[in-house]
Amino acid sequence: MIQKTPDRKAWLLVAPVLALVAFNALIPLMTVVNYSVQETFGDNVFFWEGVTWYEQVLHSSRFHEALMRQLLFTAQILLIEVPLGVVVALAMPRRGIGVSVCLVLMALPLLIPWNVVGAMWNIFALPDIGLLGYVVNALGIEYNFTQQPAAAWATVVAMDVWHWTSLVVLLAYAGLRSIPDAFYQAARIDGASGWQIFRHIQLPKMKRVLTIAVLLRFMDSFMIYTEPFVLTGGGPGNTTTFLSIDLVKMALGQFDLGPAAAMSLIYFLIILLLSWVFYTVMMRGETQR
Amino acid sequence: MAQIRLKAIRHSYVDRPGSDQDFALKRVDLTFEDGGAYALLGPSGCGKTTLLNIISGLVAPTEGEVLFGGKAINDLPPDARNIAQVFQFPVVYDTMTVYDNLAFPLRNRGIAAGEIDRRVRETASMLGLEEVLSRRARGLAADNKQKISLARGLVRSDVNVIMFDEPLTVIDPHLKWRLRSQLKQLHQRYNFTMIYVTHDQTEALTFADRIVVMHDGDVVQVGDSESLFERPGHTFVGHFIGSPGMNLFPCRVDNGAVFVEGQRVLLDAPPPAMVSGRTELGVRPEFVRFDPAGIKVEIRHVADVGRYRIVDAVLGPHSFKIYCAEGVEIPSGEARVSFDPRLAAVFVDGWRTGGEAP
Repeated sequence: MIQKTPDRKAWLLVAPVLALVAFNALIPLMTVVNYSVQETFGDNVFFWEGVTWYEQVLHSSRFHEALMRQLLFTAQILLIEVPLGVVVALAMPRRGIGVSVCLVLMALPLLIPWNVVGAMWNIFALPDIGLLGYVVNALGIEYNFTQQPAAAWATVVAMDVWHWTSLVVLLAYAGLRSIPDAFYQAARIDGASGWQIFRHIQLPKMKRVLTIAVLLRFMDSFMIYTEPFVLTGGGPGNTTTFLSIDLVKMALGQFDLGPAAAMSLIYFLIILLLSWVFYTVMMRGETQR
Repeated sequence: MAQIRLKAIRHSYVDRPGSDQDFALKRVDLTFEDGGAYALLGPSGCGKTTLLNIISGLVAPTEGEVLFGGKAINDLPPDARNIAQVFQFPVVYDTMTVYDNLAFPLRNRGIAAGEIDRRVRETASMLGLEEVLSRRARGLAADNKQKISLARGLVRSDVNVIMFDEPLTVIDPHLKWRLRSQLKQLHQRYNFTMIYVTHDQTEALTFADRIVVMHDGDVVQVGDSESLFERPGHTFVGHFIGSPGMNLFPCRVDNGAVFVEGQRVLLDAPPPAMVSGRTELGVRPEFVRFDPAGIKVEIRHVADVGRYRIVDAVLGPHSFKIYCAEGVEIPSGEARVSFDPRLAAVFVDGWRTGGEAP
């Protein structure tokens, strides 16, 4: 038995971390809160505005459209990347030299700086000189992501799938590897089919890592900025302007610091809320032991 | 149910096995009689699990034949062999209820729902699982999960053999006894053939009627607990079974007479006159007595282990142990001991000589 003795001095050990968190998270966040309820024209002069900016953001169709685009984009990449990642993980070898080869290949896209990914795809997809753009056009499909909204959207989605499916693959693969051989052996003795093995052994055992994969992919894709900014700059028009691109346009492009601060906080709360929903839904039943 | 026979089984996990060292099973000829309770006993890596998996069909042997009731079944897949196998870690289908877990192998064979229901309930009552049938399998304790793994095998009618691969590893000590005695009862009531793999001699001795001792890919002895204890066929059995294990002394054999450090040791069953190879005299600590007419040894240390004492002694350069019941006076310093001439034996290159062959 472990004897627990309360010791107030223990707080001293935690204090540096608390100070650090306060310094790099809470204080900047409070600055944003500060901006979101005031109007400023620079020179450190502030006027109290209350919830005006919040009302303005929540009622603006520009925000609604960006949010819709964001939700649609995130839903699409989750629906593509998670199943695709699981399929690739299932197809990867379980032992031998192929394991390391596959793992390295899978890790490569994750190691490329995000703006480089954007630049790569920009060149790759250019209709005249890019390999992808050229081939698609040669197939008789008219494709120009700088002018066609649908093409721009598809290119951003493809880029994200290329960049991030690996993460799902690696997590799912780790989950698969943790299943003891006995499960497969028992399934063979029970005469289970491949689909049943997937449905009753592999999928349940992957549930935890897939929850993490979905959460990570949700949060990252919901905050996506660098790659579409480099690839399309949010265009053509506003067709690939996701929330963070819109936010940067508002804060730095128009220098509307108050509304931008209010929008960041709303944005933050949406992510928090949706993450919580995802987590609760996916972990439901996990705790009832 | 059927007799299970392994004929000249060799198995290697290497692609092109060359020397004996490449073989996880060197050469196994074994027969498991219908309705017997067997234990495969040996240290980790001796090939017990490989042997088990060959019987269940999870591993195809490199050479040799597996026969169920006289019929070679090498080509039958595991699900066609009508076997039950319980693994070290409980295997349950997390997403299903206990009932569905038991019904799963039957449904996979396309058996009618009414028949499935009857068999599931029968098997559940056999193992005391009736009350948890509607529960989710995931939430159960380890011993119940092991019962579910077992039940998924038993639910098929006419099970050829039930195999256990160290099934008590993850079970709490107080449940171990209960589960083990339930398995024993199951065997007595239904007379299934059971093969139980373990590296724990107590588990093997309490569970099985016949124990197959394995060492380094070889079966070194098959016998009941008494014969393994009294007449170990191999020095490995001598020191693996018993605590402390058998004492071994290098010895000289001269025309049937046995000498250890120049002192004659008398045996009821002397080794053959001509022996070649490494000769050792083996005698269990339990079969050593203090005897004024015996050979000279020196006492070093006495350890009291409660109901008995274990004496550390030396004979020349060889230290050995003597098992001493309460009340026996233990001399200090120099002493004379004799080895029970009926139970001590000479081992040549590890194998027992004299008396009946193992």
